[in-house]
Amino acid sequence: MLVLKKFAKDKPAVLGAFIVLIVVVVAIFAPLLAPYPGDAAASHLLLRLKPPSAAHPFGTDNLGRDILSRVILGSRGALAIALLVVGTAMLIGVPLGLIAGYSRGWLSETNMRITDVFLAVPQLILALAIAQLMGPSLQSAMLALTLTYWPFFTRIVYAEARRLSASLFIDALQCIGAGTTRILFLHVLPNCISPVIVRATIGMGFTILVAAVLGFLGMGATPPDPDWGLAISESRQYLPEAWWFSTFPGLAIFLTVLGFNLLGDGLRDIVDPRLRRSR
Amino acid sequence: MTTGARAGGTASILEARDLEVLLGGRQRFLGTAVPPVRAVAGVSLTLAAGETLGLVGESGCGKTTLGRVLLGIQRESAGEVLLDGRIVSGMDRADARKSRNAIQYVHQDAGAALDPWWSIGGILDEGLRVHGLGDAVARHERIDRMLGAVGLDASFRLRYVHELSGGQLRRVALARILLLEPRIVILDEPTSGLDLSVQATVLRLIQDLKARLGLTYLLISHDLSVVQRICDRVAIMYLGRIVEIGPAAQVFAAPRHPYTRTLLAAAPRLVPGHEMPGANLIIGDPPSARHLPPGCAFHPRCAFGESKCTEAVPRLEAAGAVHEVACRRWRAIDVVPVSI
Repeated sequence: MLVLKKFAKDKPAVLGAFIVLIVVVVAIFAPLLAPYPGDAAASHLLLRLKPPSAAHPFGTDNLGRDILSRVILGSRGALAIALLVVGTAMLIGVPLGLIAGYSRGWLSETNMRITDVFLAVPQLILALAIAQLMGPSLQSAMLALTLTYWPFFTRIVYAEARRLSASLFIDALQCIGAGTTRILFLHVLPNCISPVIVRATIGMGFTILVAAVLGFLGMGATPPDPDWGLAISESRQYLPEAWWFSTFPGLAIFLTVLGFNLLGDGLRDIVDPRLRRSR
Repeated sequence: MTTGARAGGTASILEARDLEVLLGGRQRFLGTAVPPVRAVAGVSLTLAAGETLGLVGESGCGKTTLGRVLLGIQRESAGEVLLDGRIVSGMDRADARKSRNAIQYVHQDAGAALDPWWSIGGILDEGLRVHGLGDAVARHERIDRMLGAVGLDASFRLRYVHELSGGQLRRVALARILLLEPRIVILDEPTSGLDLSVQATVLRLIQDLKARLGLTYLLISHDLSVVQRICDRVAIMYLGRIVEIGPAAQVFAAPRHPYTRTLLAAAPRLVPGHEMPGANLIIGDPPSARHLPPGCAFHPRCAFGESKCTEAVPRLEAAGAVHEVACRRWRAIDVVPVSI
């Protein structure tokens, strides 16, 4: 496969794919991998703020919980948010973009103006507002992130669909009498899916980052969730003495986001239909 | 070279009556109105069963638009289209296209007219699916047979568009259209962008398929050698109107319209010194379709033009049994044989 060969040559992309793979595996088997799975909720005040040691490689936090376990358990929440937010945003944004790009006149115009309105809403501000209305929780953070992320997909798909709908092969399909649904979902969609996948991959990293920010601001995950952003927020008052408390959750965020971004950039380079080969 | 008049006595299967197409032209909200362009102006045309009619003209003269209107993918502004004597115009695009399933169109750029994400087999199968022809097994068999008929083989099913050469793509594009069992095929520049040896094989294939499947062709081209080689009749278009129409042999040997003469004279030839005397006097570029000159649209560039030419748009008049020309001075112009 030419695609895989080309991808394998792109070292940063392979590194990104490797990181993402590890994060996914860790998230799936989190309760098995975590040395103290009970530390998601339990507290051991006698073990409070212990530096890294053999028993607790990443040290312990202000309630004596094992940070390694909490970082591992936190990967589940981070990935779940990213998948749900990006997935829902795609489900909303892609069909709207297809319709807006392929149709002309009021349907397309209305669609894109609504998209522009949502695009203009700052993500964090809306997240804070919704958290105020619904009370801070993961759900409100996810709702806010989804509401502000779908327009990006609509914009990308709109531009691609607009370009494609003027292309000759779509005209040829209309000439042989193919229906609009067939043209949209079997021809326009596959031809504009590559930038969507790239955007989705980068969006996963971005969403994890914003979710962490919301957790840090106290507007996302609530204690005692093993959330990475929340952990950094709780660790602030113990810096710089208990450096391990904020460092390891921070590293987890950094590596995960880095992994998704490297993978996304790598995908951008290889999504080209010319790399499809029959042999 | 194929000779012959209008395929003797056969009924016309496709007829256009006073077709007119206005393109663009809109009133933007609070903006200045953009006047429409008359891409096709009062074209009447018949296509006899089994013939090949060539449609020749400069770029932008409306030949592709005319083809698309006949196909039904573009709406006419006025006039009628008759298929087998039945009126198939005046409906919306989807109905017009459906009522004209017997007409199919082969695009100029075969590579761009095929979806790059689909394999050749998938592309060919899709047309059959859209038209609801046959079950999976029957479709598979038909595709294999058609691939053979256009000079490819079943192994091409799995290939992708970018893996094929220009000539192979032409064959795939033809196969896709012919699978739909059309009776009339509109070929838009079937040889553009191909080198000469490939052109020859594609043209041979086109003629061979016509004989085998009993097709009628409308061939749109500006390549006069191609038209001369495979067309029975030729229609010359200039700025949306047909200025001369007749048997290919007659039009090429004795062009009546000054524009036809300049076109023929402008065709590159390999033998030096074979230019038509007095015919290479074309002046300037074609006028903008937005501001057509009054009267005969060709008169500002015509070597035979006079002031009376600006008075009325000349209509097609008989200049022979099956030869018509739209020029009020055609009698004054000497018939000079030309060779291409």
